[in-house]
Amino acid sequence: MTVASDRHRGRKPGAHIAVTGVSHRFRRNATYALTDVDFEIQPCEAVALVGRSGCGKSTLLHIMSGLTAPTKGEIRLDGALVKGPSPECVVMFQQPHLFPWMTVAQSVGLGLKFAGRPKKEIEARVHELLALVELDGYEKRNVQELSGGQQQRVALARSLAVHPEVLFLDEPFSALDLVTRRALQQDVRRIASEIGITLVIVTHDIPEAVTMADRAIVMAPNPGRIFDIVPIDLDDADRSERSAAAQAAQERLQKSFEGASGRSVELAAARLAGVETLRLAAAGQR
Amino acid sequence: MSAEAIDGAALAQFESEARARKVGDASRGAGFALIGLAVLLAVWWVGGKIIADNPATANFAGFAPAPTFEKLWEMLESGFAWRMTWPSLMRIGAGLAWAIAIGVPLGIVIGRFRAAREASSVPFQFLRMISPLAWMPIAVLAFPSWDRAIIFLIGVAAVWPILFSTAHGFRRIDPAWFKVGRNLGARPWHMLFTIIMPAIAQDALAGIRLAVGVAWIVLVPAEFLGVTSGLGYSINDARDALEYDRLAATVVIIGVIGFSLDWICERAIRKASWAREE
Ligand SMILES: Nc1ncnc2c1ncn2[C@@H]1O[C@H](COP(=O)(O)OP(=O)(O)O)[C@@H](O)[C@H]1O
Ligand SMILES: [Mg+2]
Repeated sequence: MTVASDRHRGRKPGAHIAVTGVSHRFRRNATYALTDVDFEIQPCEAVALVGRSGCGKSTLLHIMSGLTAPTKGEIRLDGALVKGPSPECVVMFQQPHLFPWMTVAQSVGLGLKFAGRPKKEIEARVHELLALVELDGYEKRNVQELSGGQQQRVALARSLAVHPEVLFLDEPFSALDLVTRRALQQDVRRIASEIGITLVIVTHDIPEAVTMADRAIVMAPNPGRIFDIVPIDLDDADRSERSAAAQAAQERLQKSFEGASGRSVELAAARLAGVETLRLAAAGQR
Repeated sequence: MSAEAIDGAALAQFESEARARKVGDASRGAGFALIGLAVLLAVWWVGGKIIADNPATANFAGFAPAPTFEKLWEMLESGFAWRMTWPSLMRIGAGLAWAIAIGVPLGIVIGRFRAAREASSVPFQFLRMISPLAWMPIAVLAFPSWDRAIIFLIGVAAVWPILFSTAHGFRRIDPAWFKVGRNLGARPWHMLFTIIMPAIAQDALAGIRLAVGVAWIVLVPAEFLGVTSGLGYSINDARDALEYDRLAATVVIIGVIGFSLDWICERAIRKASWAREE
């Protein structure tokens, strides 16, 4: 993803993320939701966490963003230990979770208000972001008057307003209709690469992963762990259309996904053995 | 005409019809309210007539509408009505202020912490069920002035609905809002003033509305004792002086002010509510 980091000027590029030895067990549960998760994400890379529901994707995302402290292991953001949530790593959820008493402008400017920025600056930034998410002129509307897709755009603008280095997305578009979803997937990828931030997307939707990510980390359940890492080397032009290259990438990812879901135990075992070599190969590339 | 113009015309018509319907609803509501009021006056008038016509009760003829409104007008003109209402309003204001200052924060704590909720549930329900007037002798002993004792009684009556409503409102907060807040860098005071307060405002105000009702009811008997000012005192005084028209006029004042206070609360609730109908 050097293109994005080259294209963006004036700000430092999105952060490097290192996940080291992360395991997590919820207090009430006997089993681990995550075991020994290790991987790295390069600055400005877009990575998808893929896997059947319940395999610990959301848990991992919460840990990476600092919203949850892991039972074991650590997260480093550009080498600095992540100790809690911060506006450097913003999270978008399946629901936009806007505050229903706020206008669009108040919602987008919220993080800057918390940071104590002057009114003028907030106003200008809000304007800029609403243009970015194509909601110019909606400043004064109450957020409840917006459609689901528009609300999710407001949530995106709110997340980006605080100049984050990483944007985490937890199945952010799965409540939306197909057309809106596709449009937002492409927009988020384009915006992230334009402003130069690292993108981590949790999804169980294979086409979504292929549209948005440079690399997919496939996870397996019980306990949650990394099963496979599938690179998605596609030009942006190939992602949006039903190109042969995108189809091939989807098929590859689908196969790995099914393997991780345990439909074929033998395949899973074979893959598991392969993960180590893959990981070593990935480490060699850096 | 272009399709857009037709659409525009249709929309304008639809909107004006909707407006007409709204206006129609409002005037219908006002019509029924007037009918209700007329029935109330008629019952009052008939009651007054029966009392006046019966020689055994003719002394109480002052209770009828005509003498009552005559006296009321006189009390308003002389400023007497205002002089006896003002101390009552001060007492109820002070009592409510205390109830809000204690009830809202305590409600937030109880809504937030399960342990606090479970520990306080039995004692609070127990205390809530004690009539505020039962505290009267204790209040008189505990406070140096009658005025403060009355404010205490109003506070004791008003605090419970505020506390329970606030706690209920807090528990309805979407936990994800806190996650979003923390993620965007909210400090504790941001959480309180930008997220929690607007989120619970509607429920807290609903509690305050109930509290105003209870406090207004408690006020009159509380003012029966000790003090020489206020609406409750005035009622007692009018009875002792056998001025039944003054007594009835005071009752009217109490009703009108109670109604107005409730109306103000209702408007405030409507203003603070952010939930839109689908
Ligand atoms: N707050 C929680 N308390 C206890 N268990 C949880 C909690 N959140 C998730 N889990 C469990 O952890 C596992 C992983 O959940 P999650 O990360 O939500 O999976 P995914 O996002 O991949 O669907 C599941 O088995 C789930 O039941
Ligand atoms: Mg999930």
